[in-house]
Amino acid sequence: MISATLLGQSLLSGIFSGCFYAMLGLGMTLSWRYLKVINLAHFAFVLIAAYLTYQLVGKSGLHPLVVAVLLIPLFFALGIAQQALIDYYKVNEFASVIVTFGMAIITEAALQWFWSADYLKLESHYLRGSTQIGTLFLPIGEAVMALIAVVMCAAVWAALRYTWLGKALRAGLDNPQIAASFGVPNRQLSYLVAGVSGATAAIGGIFVALLFTLAPSQIFAWLGVVFAAALLGGLGSPIGVLAAGLLLGVSEALTMAVIAPAWAPVVPFTLLMVILLIWPERV
Amino acid sequence: MSDLHNSAAKLSRRNALQGGLALAAASALPAIAQGTGPIRIGSTLALTGPLAQTGILHKIVGEIYLKQLNAAGGLLGRQVEWVLLDDQSKPEVTRTLYERLITVDKVDLLIGPYATGSILAAMGVAQRYNKILVHHTFGIPSLAKYEMHFPAWPIGAFPEKTVTNRVVDMLAGKVKTVAVVTSKFPSVHFLALGARPVFKERGINEVLFLEFEFGAKDFGPIAARVKDANPDLLFMGAIGLEGNQLLEALEKLNWTPKNHFYTYPTPGPLALSPLGKDALSFTAYEDLPPLNAAPGAAEFGKLFTEAAKANNIAYPYVETQTGASYSAWQVLIHAAAETKSLDDKKMSDYLKKNGAPTIIGKVRFDGPNNYGDDLMRIKQVQNQRWVLVYPDEFKTPGAKLIVK
Repeated sequence: MISATLLGQSLLSGIFSGCFYAMLGLGMTLSWRYLKVINLAHFAFVLIAAYLTYQLVGKSGLHPLVVAVLLIPLFFALGIAQQALIDYYKVNEFASVIVTFGMAIITEAALQWFWSADYLKLESHYLRGSTQIGTLFLPIGEAVMALIAVVMCAAVWAALRYTWLGKALRAGLDNPQIAASFGVPNRQLSYLVAGVSGATAAIGGIFVALLFTLAPSQIFAWLGVVFAAALLGGLGSPIGVLAAGLLLGVSEALTMAVIAPAWAPVVPFTLLMVILLIWPERV
Repeated sequence: MSDLHNSAAKLSRRNALQGGLALAAASALPAIAQGTGPIRIGSTLALTGPLAQTGILHKIVGEIYLKQLNAAGGLLGRQVEWVLLDDQSKPEVTRTLYERLITVDKVDLLIGPYATGSILAAMGVAQRYNKILVHHTFGIPSLAKYEMHFPAWPIGAFPEKTVTNRVVDMLAGKVKTVAVVTSKFPSVHFLALGARPVFKERGINEVLFLEFEFGAKDFGPIAARVKDANPDLLFMGAIGLEGNQLLEALEKLNWTPKNHFYTYPTPGPLALSPLGKDALSFTAYEDLPPLNAAPGAAEFGKLFTEAAKANNIAYPYVETQTGASYSAWQVLIHAAAETKSLDDKKMSDYLKKNGAPTIIGKVRFDGPNNYGDDLMRIKQVQNQRWVLVYPDEFKTPGAKLIVK
């Protein structure tokens, strides 16, 4: 008989995983929808940010907030630079998979060159420990990460929904020529999306460093499930990717708690297939 | 137990001396197979991909060994060159690359890759071309059917029984319940599944059994189930970082295992993490007395530590992986030197009959599937370093088994 505490703890774990998927998936879903770039290098950006966080917090002793102040603009610029290259070489949507996969592979080799293939763990006192609520334990690091993921998704959703920029982006997506004739600067807006996507990678990377052990080969550790979250959530939808991330995270966690952990990886893709079958226009 | 003790006793000064002098002996012998160029030994390693963390250790060891060998005059009067390719941690790539090593690069000898899946893939190719294959850290002896394969990692023919029995012997009467939690990575899954009946036979009650996929990231629900089961012993079929991941998840639930054993942990992260305190595992070798008393072992330990630090390896000490890696080179070169030949069949026959002295001890190949004695010992993390705690004759001086 499964206990309520076990169920509750697993549910919490699933919520945190879901928020983490959304944090990683947000930049990806934006670039896929608005830039027509299936950006596998997004995961490389996340890991570069994680290693830089390891270096700056673990070795140089900087506070993670200071690191965030440094990395977010840096990765905003990196995102723009990547998009400028993609534009320059006129890389189309399908080719972008190959090109950005190549970027990720090069990144893996570079990380291995600079930091070795060995595992690295950022041992710091930031965001450590748990707080107890009733019989449940709430890990501080995961809770802060989840909160920031929700805020990021909500902020991007609000920006897309209520600001001129968001409307211009959607107009440019529908018909770039007509949007341009109304003064929509399509190219600048695409750079803005690429920059925001890069900035979300920086935030994701900071939390990867704080919550996980690093290894260069982890670039694609979350690829499958984040892909599933982006597709399930509807491309370009910040709230959708959050909801899908939560659905996947909670489903996986409950599968682990109630059935068997070995079945958990089956969950995201089963859900994806089922939803594609019954609701194909979702993607 | 008796196997272990008998074999352990064979780590005599004489055998160790033999091993230590192998490098010099190899160079002093008259050259056969009188090629003019260097002898080329081919292998792959997981230099990228999910097993690269351990692959790099094997690379460092191979480079050290060959540097020592060539400095001592090489093998059979010739210098030795290592043709090393990256198998990307993928058995299917390993298979192709071993074909290439034999048919395109035309190497003289082969040595094994790292990890059970890749070794098995290489073994198939070696068998097709009748090449001797000495390898390190192969985890499932029953799968190794090729008559010219030689495992330098002495886990015996039935580690799923012998290793678990040794753990239970060590913990004799101190634990009553066990949770077996295992990755589905083949070699650790095999050990964990084999451990279950042993625990049952030895009267230890299994309160939880869980399997998870290799590569799992979220250990929260698994940790919650382990905490719920509250075992005396957490026996984890873990490879790489999985042990750390579960411990980190358990810490978030404010729970620490009383006693915890891991099959194949990456040595650094578990030893260096505060959560790894008192963690147990099994080992063939650690760079600690009395094991490192063999001639050449201390020198190897020193060179490895220097090279590991230069390569940013977090745990820069020779342990079971690197010890096995060095012993694989010792076995291969010993066979060539003793037979004065690069003939695969002659070397194979010699090894089957005589075994080989290594820093791990005398490794024999005269049992089922060319496996000899189980020479594994039990180690524990104490003060952020793996130390030997069982059996008594291998205990690191000053170390004492901690059981709660």
